[in-house]
Amino acid sequence: MKLIASAALAAAMSFVALGASADTLKIAFIDPLSGPMGPSGESGLKHFMFAAEELNAEGGVNGSQVEVVGFDNKVNPKESLVQLQKAIDQGIRYVVQGNGSSVASALIDAIEKHNKRNPGEEVLFLNYAAVDPAFTNEKCSFWHFRFDSDADMKMEAVTDWVAGHPDIKSVYLIGQDYSFGKAVAAAAVRMLEVKAPEVKIVGNELHPLAKVKDFTPYVQKIINSGADAIITGNWGSDMVLLVKAAIDAGWDKPILTYYGGSTGAATAMGEAAVGKVRQVSEVVVNYPSSPEQQERIAKFEEKYPENSYYYHRVFNVMHFLDAAAEKAGSNDPTKVAYAMEGMEMDGAYGHLTMRADNHQILQDLFVGTFSANPPRGVEGLPLGWMAEDKDHIPAAATSMETTCQMTRPKM
Amino acid sequence: METIVFSLLNGVIYGLLLFMLSSGLTLIFSMMGVLNFAHASFYMLGAYFAYTVTDATSYWFALIFAPILVGLVGAGVEKWGLRRVHANGHVAELLFTFGLAYLIDEVIKIVYGRNAVDYRVPEALDFPLFTLYGAQYPAYRIFMLLVAVAMLVALWVLLKKTRAGLIIQAALTHPHMVGHLGHNVPMIFMTVFGVGCALAGLAGVIGGNYLVTDPFMAAYMGPIVFVVVVIGGMGSLEGAFVASILLGLLQTFAVSVDASFADLFGWIGLSSATEVGRITIAQLAPMLPYLLLVLILFIRPRGLMGEREL
Repeated sequence: MKLIASAALAAAMSFVALGASADTLKIAFIDPLSGPMGPSGESGLKHFMFAAEELNAEGGVNGSQVEVVGFDNKVNPKESLVQLQKAIDQGIRYVVQGNGSSVASALIDAIEKHNKRNPGEEVLFLNYAAVDPAFTNEKCSFWHFRFDSDADMKMEAVTDWVAGHPDIKSVYLIGQDYSFGKAVAAAAVRMLEVKAPEVKIVGNELHPLAKVKDFTPYVQKIINSGADAIITGNWGSDMVLLVKAAIDAGWDKPILTYYGGSTGAATAMGEAAVGKVRQVSEVVVNYPSSPEQQERIAKFEEKYPENSYYYHRVFNVMHFLDAAAEKAGSNDPTKVAYAMEGMEMDGAYGHLTMRADNHQILQDLFVGTFSANPPRGVEGLPLGWMAEDKDHIPAAATSMETTCQMTRPKM
Repeated sequence: METIVFSLLNGVIYGLLLFMLSSGLTLIFSMMGVLNFAHASFYMLGAYFAYTVTDATSYWFALIFAPILVGLVGAGVEKWGLRRVHANGHVAELLFTFGLAYLIDEVIKIVYGRNAVDYRVPEALDFPLFTLYGAQYPAYRIFMLLVAVAMLVALWVLLKKTRAGLIIQAALTHPHMVGHLGHNVPMIFMTVFGVGCALAGLAGVIGGNYLVTDPFMAAYMGPIVFVVVVIGGMGSLEGAFVASILLGLLQTFAVSVDASFADLFGWIGLSSATEVGRITIAQLAPMLPYLLLVLILFIRPRGLMGEREL
């Protein structure tokens, strides 16, 4: 059954591109739809498609129907540029991407260049998950908006948690060997030094991205180091296989993650991870929210029973796009981008602000805990993510200084 | 100490898995002169067949029937594919297996989808067997070790102690002579190809749930298997065995070593503040097999135990 569903999805993705018409607003979704990171991308695409339906049911964006077109980039920056060109050739002016800061970085550069060379045909990049802090600091671009909190903002939450648990005397950092993994490790070292100088960093390890199939040697190294907690920014298969190996080896101390909710991780973790694995995210589905939000989650999981509601920020992307286009009175990317700067909105989990100075969203964050018997489980299990009020970090507290000096185009 | 024990265990298991894959490849190569590019694809087929059979019946059926199924596919490929192409020489054969690898990849993608399938370790083996220095050791790994050793012994007995093995050994070096003596050489070729593929299939069955079963597992394992065969020496089973264990240990030990270039080369003034000095040995782990490949080709082109030049 699973096979047919994914085959159908793949087929749908390749054919939607054909039915272009003047009054559709097309969005290119450039992310991995195959390979080890495929499940992450597929889950993201489903969230976007669902959010697009939601907008379309309310009359679309300025009357245009929204259509999300999937492009498989295999988490490869070079392949992503090919896919970007394909999207631009199809007349698509909006790009969304999230999996892999290496990819996001390539897209930002390419879109900067494209927009400079093709005035009147600008492309706007809405980033829903690539969290290398550089994109909203030294590498910031007018054409890039980030809807996830960056690696530093999340690390603030993680290190606060560590500082608040005096029984944690040593931590082990493990991450993926590319810009994002390095950013996470650097932030952890920097922040722990200030907040909890007595906590020792007993390991700081990078492993190749999406290449390791067996994390057992790494896990045994971690156990031997005597660490009291693991901090990791791993996502996708690297997250799933890391926790799988850790649980198999009997690891029973905290694992502090950015993406513990990656597709497949809950199944790999099972009962053994309850109360140990934590995740910093903008959504915890079991945290009290409005009836509308609860209904949205229920409908999403009813429509895609194989996936759990995970990318809440995808809905923020789409609703910001909608509101900005309405404010601008146009679907033109340049006008929409200007309208989006400094825009505020009430989201399902708190007030949202898109900073004008560096295009970074400010949103409430949660330190969720993997728990047994939550009201709403994940991946069909009686396990899921829970958070209490003490785990809730208000948006304002996540704001950070920026070194961004943005050059803005003429309107 | 604990690092050494764990690395030894993990390294040997990984090494045996590599040997299971490369033994078939090296057998096929030495006998038929065909470098089978599709070999790792048979490993993938083994994992997917096992996933399907496990779904329908149980893992234990899969353990027996999936390799047999893969062996039959392999024998079929030899009989109806390779044998015809053989008339056109080695390049045609090489291209044939090359194309076959892609074909199998694509068929798998169409049938099973492009993402990993949920092929799991059987419940009966999904428990920690013992605790060593505070870390639990999964029973399934020891099971893999046992299966691999059993295969090793069976292969050894077959080749060294039976009549069939004698003929195969003879056909390895002197196929024409064996033919003139009245043995059915094409039949021997088909059997060896089938058995070689079945061994790869078996590696897929026990490795697919220990690692990951996705359409990229063949592409991931393929290069390493060739490295094993080249380092071990083309056509040498003993060489393949030594090379597999060597690579398995090398890779796991590299991951567990906590040293950087600065620690190693500090005496020539490399500081840990530099870009190069910060590179750790663990980061080099994925590169080591290929480094060794280049070195071996450079220093000893026929491999550790090979009898002929490449």
